[in-house]
Amino acid sequence: MELLDKLRILADAAKYDVACTSSGVDREGGPGGIGSAVSCGICHSFAADGRCISLLKVLQSNACVYDCKYCVNRRSNDTPRATFDPRELADLTIQFYRRNYIEGLFLSSGVVKTPDYTCELMIRTLELLRNEYRFRGYIHAKAIPGADDALLRKIGYLADRMSVNIELPSQSSLALLAPDKSKTDILRPMGFIRSGIRENSSDLVRYRHAPAFAPAGQSTQMIVGATPDTDYQILNLTQSLYRKYKLKRVFFSAYTPIVSDRLLPALTTKPPLLREHRLYQADWLLRFYGFDASELLDEAHPDFNPVLDPKCNWAVNHMEQFPVEINTAPYDMLLRVPGIGVKSAKRIWEARRVSSLDFAGLKKIGVVLKRAQYFITCGGRMAEGLKITESGVLNALVSERSASFLPQNRPEQLSLFQPEAVTGEDVKKCLTGQI
Amino acid sequence: MPDRTNLIYEYDGSFDGLLCCVFESYTRRERPMDIRPEGQGEATLFPIRQICSDAAHAQRVWRSVERLGKEMAYLVSRAFLYGLEGKELAIWRLIAMGYKYGGEVVHMLGEEAVSQVQHMVRAVGNEAHLQLEFLRFSQYEGGLASVIGPKHYILPLMSEHFCRRYSEERFLIHDRTHGLALVYQPYQAALIQAEEIALPGAREDERFYRRLWKGYYDAIGIEARENPVCRRTHMPMRFWPYMTEFQPEEGPAAWPAFPSAPPQPLLREWDG
Repeated sequence: MELLDKLRILADAAKYDVACTSSGVDREGGPGGIGSAVSCGICHSFAADGRCISLLKVLQSNACVYDCKYCVNRRSNDTPRATFDPRELADLTIQFYRRNYIEGLFLSSGVVKTPDYTCELMIRTLELLRNEYRFRGYIHAKAIPGADDALLRKIGYLADRMSVNIELPSQSSLALLAPDKSKTDILRPMGFIRSGIRENSSDLVRYRHAPAFAPAGQSTQMIVGATPDTDYQILNLTQSLYRKYKLKRVFFSAYTPIVSDRLLPALTTKPPLLREHRLYQADWLLRFYGFDASELLDEAHPDFNPVLDPKCNWAVNHMEQFPVEINTAPYDMLLRVPGIGVKSAKRIWEARRVSSLDFAGLKKIGVVLKRAQYFITCGGRMAEGLKITESGVLNALVSERSASFLPQNRPEQLSLFQPEAVTGEDVKKCLTGQI
Repeated sequence: MPDRTNLIYEYDGSFDGLLCCVFESYTRRERPMDIRPEGQGEATLFPIRQICSDAAHAQRVWRSVERLGKEMAYLVSRAFLYGLEGKELAIWRLIAMGYKYGGEVVHMLGEEAVSQVQHMVRAVGNEAHLQLEFLRFSQYEGGLASVIGPKHYILPLMSEHFCRRYSEERFLIHDRTHGLALVYQPYQAALIQAEEIALPGAREDERFYRRLWKGYYDAIGIEARENPVCRRTHMPMRFWPYMTEFQPEEGPAAWPAFPSAPPQPLLREWDG
């Protein structure tokens, strides 16, 4: 088979894996070998779907023996199969890397023959890269569930980041859609990687040149929308993964129907992109804004508000904590103001040490006031000329994209009768998330 | 110092020259209305003062800037890499504020003079980062080569990254906008002036990898999630003509035209 066809098939099979980050590790380049890694990560291109292309994301092979219902590579699916020879893939990675197309390799695989055999193929590829080409770029490798610990350990020493995909957020969904996998199958390698990283960090303290075990940590991904799990369940699981398994990232993937099965959403279902977006917003709130999952959702409100982002939603439900005085509020309260992010909060923090800030000053340091102005005061005053009307607040808080969900913007049948105007009641409902 | 005069300063376009403008304005006790490089900008009826570069004067000003703190020196030297109009007066105003109130002014982000320079420095840094991402090399007989068309003077900021990363390669990066090139062979790099560099046609092995990359690029996108706006936001279209995935396999027929005449080359002795 031509290399180009192989690449097409194996990239196509890997594209539903979300993670394409090259962050979390700093490695100097220099004489001998090729490559370096930058801890902030570098994206090299963006695909037509707007997702970043940072790594060469391919499967070692898509000839999988498993039959997970949601997966394109399942045994019973009629699709062309291909397998990369380790040397072929290592060469390709280096040639792409030299031309600055990519930041490194993202290597996953379907299970060929047995999990152990698959792992060995992947290890061969990574060893060629690291030892023969002396490649110092980024490598992200998938742990294959069910593989031997010794093999996983070997991968951990070759890769920068490892990941095990949870895919389905609950045991019951797993039993339904992925009968060959179980929760323990997935959590065991995750726990193994965590303890590997922990042991290694104490080794590194003792011996400076101890080889690093997955220095950029581990990540995972969950499919959203293939099963009836709620946002509340997913977010709680996410939080406990960060806390218990010390994950660096949890990715969400809106389910795109590719195979038809009576247990899955119909092929015509659109991927739930808004829901995925809301989950990422909440994920950011957990990681960088000091929020707890229980503040964002609870059993009574198990799903995100489609109209307001989670932070705005929290703020309009906690109006007793606002307005916040920009010149005196503590840093973590600044972070909770809708419209103020980490960068803006840091700039406010820096600027107000030297002189007090007013609204014009905020604008100059780059704080966007569109949403923030309803929640802050400068020197005890609200923004000048700010009229708090219902439609004004609503337009400011709601993004253009979600504005189409509001009653007045929905497409409607022409009618001889006057359509009902948006009432104050509607706005209030919308803001407090009862919609 | 008297209020705004209607004087325009013209300098030679070098960093030393700009520092000399600061020197002259303080010895003559005047506040220029604009500072611009020679031979640029429209003809004007306002009086023009030609400022000659003087290494000793420039050094005195630079030392005084350094005394205002590391952050100040960083802002001034980085802002000079800004490629669009208006950087000179903004830098002058920042230095003047520093003399008046001390090095602390760099934190007064609410001040116009400071926020303007901060904005320029951010623009330079952002473009340098984007260019690290979107630069593409092609393999030729003598090594790797790449052509870029950035707005700002970012080649010096990118050189370390590529020299360390491809330490065993020979490569060349040509900045068309500023007529400069970074040339590297194992363990030594140089920045040279080069208006136009003619590259030979791509060899068969190079075309092979271009074909693979374009194939990969097309395969990795998910059709059901197509989102052209998101792609453009992250990857501004002005970079596209220089990127392999958007070029025909044999390379671009012609490079894009500049929106206006390219700025003068900015090669200088001083090293930031």
